[in-house]
Amino acid sequence: MRARSARKRSAAHAATGIMRGQIEEFLFHEAALLDAWRLDEWLDLLTQDAQYRVPSNDRPEADPADTLFTIADDINRIRGRVTRLKDKNAHAEHPRSRTRRMISNVRIVGRDTSELSVEANFVVYRFRRDESIREYVGHYRYVLRVESGRLKIARRDAVLDAMELGSLGLVSFIL
Amino acid sequence: MNDPLVLNDPQTSNFQVNRLTLVDPGILAIERQRIFDVCWIYVGHESELRLPGDFRTRSVCGRPVIFSRDSKNAVRVFLNTCRHRGAMVCREPEGNAKIHTCFYHGWSYDRDGRLDGVPGENAYPPSFRKSDYGLMEPPRVESYRGFVFLNFDPDAAPLDEYLAGAKEYIDLVIDQSPSGTMEVIQGTQDYDIRANWKLLVENSFDDYHLLTTHSTWLDYLKNAGVKMQRPDRDHLLPSHGIGKPLGNGHATTDNVNFRGRPVAKWIPVYGEAAKPEIERIRAELVGRLGEARAARVADTNRNLIIFPNLLLADGSSVTIRTFYPLAPDRMRVCAWALGPKEESPSARAIRLDAFLTFYGPGGLATPDDVEALEAVQSGIAATYKEVPWSVMSRGMGKSGEQLNSDELHLRAFWLQWEKLMRTERAV
Repeated sequence: MRARSARKRSAAHAATGIMRGQIEEFLFHEAALLDAWRLDEWLDLLTQDAQYRVPSNDRPEADPADTLFTIADDINRIRGRVTRLKDKNAHAEHPRSRTRRMISNVRIVGRDTSELSVEANFVVYRFRRDESIREYVGHYRYVLRVESGRLKIARRDAVLDAMELGSLGLVSFIL
Repeated sequence: MNDPLVLNDPQTSNFQVNRLTLVDPGILAIERQRIFDVCWIYVGHESELRLPGDFRTRSVCGRPVIFSRDSKNAVRVFLNTCRHRGAMVCREPEGNAKIHTCFYHGWSYDRDGRLDGVPGENAYPPSFRKSDYGLMEPPRVESYRGFVFLNFDPDAAPLDEYLAGAKEYIDLVIDQSPSGTMEVIQGTQDYDIRANWKLLVENSFDDYHLLTTHSTWLDYLKNAGVKMQRPDRDHLLPSHGIGKPLGNGHATTDNVNFRGRPVAKWIPVYGEAAKPEIERIRAELVGRLGEARAARVADTNRNLIIFPNLLLADGSSVTIRTFYPLAPDRMRVCAWALGPKEESPSARAIRLDAFLTFYGPGGLATPDDVEALEAVQSGIAATYKEVPWSVMSRGMGKSGEQLNSDELHLRAFWLQWEKLMRTERAV
């Protein structure tokens, strides 16, 4: 019991001690991994129960249990998605899109004993052959957890601002 | 230079589609008159509107409409253009309203489409009558089991007759609900594909492409523990399935399920925890419909095309998908998930999760379909004169069963398309 509260205190301490600069560093690192298609290293940033979600454009605040999303992956499907994206038979991403992510307006919007709620704006430019830029604009909602002194992603929602996907077409890469 | 649009020669078992039909703006202009203005076109599902005054605005093959319930709770479709100067009267995606007011000059319409208020009405001459200026409606709006269609041809055959053999396959979807009430689940997938709309018709029920286009999805299922085995050497696919024309250009695949079904066939992808729920749904189905009909509903997958532009895919989950041309080489796709009204929250969650494994712009399969269609469009756009024909003769001249990887059902679509395109109409 005593050990548990000690762990709790230390986790709480870990979470309370984190400043925006560290979060930004972490999110910029994640963005660099994704832009470089270093997907296995990206997986290492996730917790064992991580979720990755892209809500439908007309229901940005909804719950995937009762609403159709564009993407609502648990950790198993995240891993399956990465396996697929590394396969040259993932035709929609072969040849791979080039992406470039701009992350800004990073804010810590909540924290409890071991988790932080973080929001950030994003612009992801996506390039395919013979094509003009596709510009994915929106904001991320993260739940970050401190595990063994390291920040991990327990949940990342990528919420698009576009009223419909429309000419953006697909979300076949990791947004 | 008078090549046919579709080359059909049963004598030599030759069937080819002229690629001009997929790239030419002139063809699209004729399609608008001879296909989209005379066929029954899907508008929406009755469950999307609950109460008097509920509305959703959407584009039906490019025409802005207000899909709504009137004061008597009847489903109505209004063209979303003010009778005064033409502005879109309602610009909100959805809601409930007693009155729709055009913000431009303030003309307002009630839920029944009647012109209600005209600011400064006394400046109009005595011949002006408000009753002449209600919101316009398509000449025909009819529904079948909750699916609402419109038709701009006042002389069109009734929807019930038009649907022909497709009704049997719609019924198989409806039978998944204990009360026969399916509902559209909130959340819309609206996305563009840079390809001709007819390529999505083909792709929606062409099972020939499954192994090559969707190998990563099949691998995902295999890795999760889903068992698949080809039934015999004539089959390309993991289960037996046929392609079947249903009249008037409608057609379907009808496949033995291997990919799991929320109603009601468990696969390991759903997780062990979901097993009792799926078994309970199965038991309800058997109790209500009997073993044989329950198996028909729960152990087959069917991708049904209702001519010209509606897909009801009853596969990994049920999706309504409609699409319309924005240009010869571009279409807009709108897709929704459909589920039984009585579904428990946990069964609903399984349904939606199963949907996303395959379908949609972020699914593990649909993006590769989109890539295939866009690759076709890129391939033919500037070469269709030198390489004018696409071959579509699989299964032709064969006696007996037409498999889902044959192309009888694709040919049924194209033959109806070609017949309508040859039918001149007064504009």
